Amino acid sequence: MTAQSGAAFGRFGLRGGSNMKAIEFCGVSFRYDEESPFAIHKLDFSVEEGEFVAVLGHNGSGKSTLARLSNGLLEADEGEIRVFGTQIARKNLYDVRKNVGVVFQNPDNQTVATIVEDDVAFGAENLGLAREEIGERIRFALQAVGMQQYRTAAVARLSGGQKQRVAIAGVLALKPRAVILDEATAMLDPRGRREIVEVVSRLNREEKITVIMITHFMEEALLADRAVVMNRGEIVMQGAPADIFERQEELITYNLAMPRIGYICNRLRAGGLPVANTLDSETLAEEIARCVS
Amino acid sequence: MRIVAEHLSYTYNPKSPFAAAALKDVSLTIEEGEFFGIIGHTGSGKSTFVQHLNGLIRLPSSLKRYKKPKAKKGQPLPPQPVLTVGTFDLADKKTDFRALRKSVGMVFQYPEYQLFAETVRDDVAFGFKNFADGKPTKEETDAAVRAALAAVGLDYDTYAEQSPFDLSGGQKRRVAIAGVIVTRPEVLVLDEPAAGLDPLGKREVMELLHKLHREWCKTVIVVSHDMDEIAENCTRAAVFSEGTVAAALPPRELFRRADELTALGLDVPLTAKLCAGLMRRGIALDCDFTTEDFIRKVLERAPRRADREPGALPPEGGEA
Repeated sequence: MTAQSGAAFGRFGLRGGSNMKAIEFCGVSFRYDEESPFAIHKLDFSVEEGEFVAVLGHNGSGKSTLARLSNGLLEADEGEIRVFGTQIARKNLYDVRKNVGVVFQNPDNQTVATIVEDDVAFGAENLGLAREEIGERIRFALQAVGMQQYRTAAVARLSGGQKQRVAIAGVLALKPRAVILDEATAMLDPRGRREIVEVVSRLNREEKITVIMITHFMEEALLADRAVVMNRGEIVMQGAPADIFERQEELITYNLAMPRIGYICNRLRAGGLPVANTLDSETLAEEIARCVS
Repeated sequence: MRIVAEHLSYTYNPKSPFAAAALKDVSLTIEEGEFFGIIGHTGSGKSTFVQHLNGLIRLPSSLKRYKKPKAKKGQPLPPQPVLTVGTFDLADKKTDFRALRKSVGMVFQYPEYQLFAETVRDDVAFGFKNFADGKPTKEETDAAVRAALAAVGLDYDTYAEQSPFDLSGGQKRRVAIAGVIVTRPEVLVLDEPAAGLDPLGKREVMELLHKLHREWCKTVIVVSHDMDEIAENCTRAAVFSEGTVAAALPPRELFRRADELTALGLDVPLTAKLCAGLMRRGIALDCDFTTEDFIRKVLERAPRRADREPGALPPEGGEA
């Protein structure tokens, strides 16, 4: 299946050149109205093509605004946003959105049709593609998210995780080069969350799609190449996820909790047990066993 | 109010190609005063069970059109479902379901989506007026709204006149909870109360629930996917799986059976994973799976600096 979906991508000519910034913010500011504070303030931020970036931050820190600015759902008040080298402007919004797809939080709000294949086709139909081409894209997109056997199923009868995968397929049918997940796992149960995270990591790894994952779940952020922490519309921390999670004091000042496992490591060390920092439960068990015996 | 359910079964779309058995002969007792957790996959029957508790799903025998089944020759009648909440018999047609719903508050998933009124006060007052006997005076209503908002940590004078839609996500959820507890229910049922909030918001909601449990509602029942949340907060938890209750135990005992839970495709709390990992390395840790207790029990095992020498036995674990 992997090889096939790779081939499908090749046919669509989706593998872009490297060394290009997928998304680039230069001094971007945005606020929802004149009186309110800036939701995004003088932000410089970029994502390399093929990168997997996790964006963390408490509610209201500007994460979702960042997502909406990135595909032109919102227009920046100040600064420039470039998507794969092209500056977002009113006249090229459609092209930008073809390149950057967004998946939102609520699985029930993102489906427009009653049958899975109709739903996946919606975006592609809007592009005015040929019928055969659309059929091909549906096949590829459903395969990429592991939902090919549900092609003619009723959307309403799917689980939350399956609906989100259909939503992702709908975005993939536009053959985007970047996908942004705006808390796309927040309303799912643990199984649904795993499904989405697996699909997204695979798309990033195998299809080289750039992924920006906005999430409250620290464990999900661990899978990313880079984690970015936002606070009051600014980026306040960034680096490898494991490094970010070591900076507990700082995370707390931004109203973020570190993963429970990091907290346990710190407390054990403070209590005099010299365990090494880890974010893996098996490694920590090994560490504790080493220290107490 | 003690909740007793016996032989509870429920099928969606019965006698149709879409028939789906959601509950299969479920028996479960929840004692008054518990902080009870309900865990299980989507589709395991959790919500169906919970919706029985305030009569949103009615037992067949409580419906007007119900006719007693007749025993077939040679076959005994299947056991009849029993469901009581305090003194309410939910199998009885004569039960006052309005009074029941006043006593069993139900907070659904993402309750902030159900806010509807123009001001916070009107939104919270809605349930109170709806359930009041007779027409409450403005003073009575305001007093009830004031108390409910105070209970969820919102100042009446600041918020009463605001539109609920202008509040932050966490505040909206508080208003929605206030709109349920305003009838002073004895049992409060919440479906995924912390879902979709950031880590800080989650902690605040759980603290709020403990406060409500202490001061406002005798019994709190929480449906959750977050095993850490269950381990930290609940007196007991029931595991639903494919329409049956696989176990109903205190977290201390439940998460000792980590392997069984994993086999059901459920997560276990981090502390349980760590305990299982330690067990495999020959270290039995007797903890109740809260983070604090786990840390304490591990540190008790830590060799003291003075006697840390090769081959020294770790001190005996467990607390007195």
